[in-house]
Amino acid sequence: MIEARDISVRIGTRTLLRDVSMRVMPGRVTALLGPNGAGKSTLVSVLTGERKASAGTTTIDGCDMHTLTPLELARQRAVLLQNSSLDFAFTVDEVVGLGRLPFAATNDAFDDEDALDDVRRVAGISPLWQQLYQTLSGGERQRVQFARALAQIWRRNTDGLPRYLFLDEPTSALDLRHRRTVLETAAKLAADGIGVLVVLHDLNLAADFADDVVLLRDGKVQISGTVDDVLTEKHLSACFDIPIEVMSHTNGKRLILA
Amino acid sequence: MTDVAKASLPPLRILRQPAILTGFAALLVFAFLMALAIGAMPIPLGDVIRILFGYNADTQASAIVLGLRLPRAVLAIIVGAGLGLSGAALQGLFRNPLADPGLIGISGGAALGAVCVIVLGHLLVAVVPFAAHPMLLPLAAFFGGLAATFATERIARSSGVASTAMLLLAGIAINALAGALMGVLIFMSDDRQLRDITFWTMGSLAKGGWTGVLLAGPFVALAIALILPTARSLNAILLGEREAMHLGVSVERLKRILMVSAALAVSASVAVTGIIAFVGIVVPHLVRMAAGPDHRIVLPGAALLGAALLLIADSLARIIVVPAELPIGLVTSLIGSPFFLWLLLRRKGLKS
Repeated sequence: MIEARDISVRIGTRTLLRDVSMRVMPGRVTALLGPNGAGKSTLVSVLTGERKASAGTTTIDGCDMHTLTPLELARQRAVLLQNSSLDFAFTVDEVVGLGRLPFAATNDAFDDEDALDDVRRVAGISPLWQQLYQTLSGGERQRVQFARALAQIWRRNTDGLPRYLFLDEPTSALDLRHRRTVLETAAKLAADGIGVLVVLHDLNLAADFADDVVLLRDGKVQISGTVDDVLTEKHLSACFDIPIEVMSHTNGKRLILA
Repeated sequence: MTDVAKASLPPLRILRQPAILTGFAALLVFAFLMALAIGAMPIPLGDVIRILFGYNADTQASAIVLGLRLPRAVLAIIVGAGLGLSGAALQGLFRNPLADPGLIGISGGAALGAVCVIVLGHLLVAVVPFAAHPMLLPLAAFFGGLAATFATERIARSSGVASTAMLLLAGIAINALAGALMGVLIFMSDDRQLRDITFWTMGSLAKGGWTGVLLAGPFVALAIALILPTARSLNAILLGEREAMHLGVSVERLKRILMVSAALAVSASVAVTGIIAFVGIVVPHLVRMAAGPDHRIVLPGAALLGAALLLIADSLARIIVVPAELPIGLVTSLIGSPFFLWLLLRRKGLKS
């Protein structure tokens, strides 16, 4: 479990996060939702161990995150950030292969080929495999970066430690079909015991695929809990400042209209 | 779509990567032997090889090959490898294919050190033992380069972490300061000193000799030993510094290693030879065009190709205007700058 407790982040006089506590549980998909500027990406950077909070603690499986080296962290969690740029002419397979970097010169490196084969299939990027990354469209690039993150946590669980996947707006450039593919993949990984945190703007995707939801607003957790508890008209309308309707679709799923 | 994308792959990428390195190594051996063979007095390749293995009685040819051309060729290899490798490492670190060792102040600081000795050296002569006089200029250039890099790094780090943009901006400021101070010294200098300064900024392998090899060799060797193992981390850096951190790279540590290594190799090289432009920027490009951007190939490739090209450039410098010789920095600039312009125009074409 990755747990943030009473996290505050201040930059200069600006407070980005105030007393935020939340968890990323192995085996569950946690969706982080909130309006622009709520502090979602900042919270992700604290939970991944990238940023040290001004106050509060972040632990991974009970261990203070900042006592671990970047390499130790990288072997346990992968992160897909928003808009990565690449000015050098790597091919897609080379970019995805970089996801195996934390295992270079370890026994897990013997699994590299299996990992890349699986990930290529799962992410549906086989047709792109030998192309230059720079020639891809925005959506294709996002899927390649997603595959790279998958390659990083793809491993036979040799050390018995849980693994985590952080996805910061992984679907922002994707078409309708690929949005679902990415989240279906994330849900499958969670079913295999991986802890997934995903930042989303599409409430219906969150309703369909998340187990838990955290609503963030003005740097504070407005409410967190299971999908049923949090994705209600009352909480969503208050969080996003617009009237939001939550309906039951005939197929039994939740349908959120804004 | 697939065909188009395949067509835009670099021409040699189908070759397996060790093949490319073998090719560069072969070119280096060839350039080395040619550098020993050609010159004002051409010596047949067969004789050169016999002389190298100690089987030739022709004392005059022996003296030319072993006494004059061999130390010069070895120095060319050391300096070329150091400049090429440092350029490749810094381009990767700055995630900018147009970066160059001059950018973070190395060359500017080294030049300031050298000009200081050329103009103010006579003041030091009284204080320093006579035997140390020939070492003053290279030492000043070496420490000038290191100091400028150190200053750049400290200024960039003043806000906590050394952001890449801050490093580049600090490098520009330090270069401008070094240039201004050099201007003051040049204003003070007499005609002979002016001539020395001018020739120093055009670079030459002529005066280095075995002393130069001993001065630059260890630092370039140290830089090679420090830079080559960072290849995978540099690949990750190309994705972005945050991405690299999430892939397990200690980014700040990597920056420090690469800055120090490049500063050592380039300062030591410039100290012995003067300024040799464009090797650090052009050579890594050539390697990437042939082999793609994977640093496991680009780093050793840039060292091998840098050494080979500098040998070839020096051979040209020695035979173009026989019996005189051109400063090698002129040769590399004359070839390098049009190539650099072509690179810029090609990039523009890619983006629009």
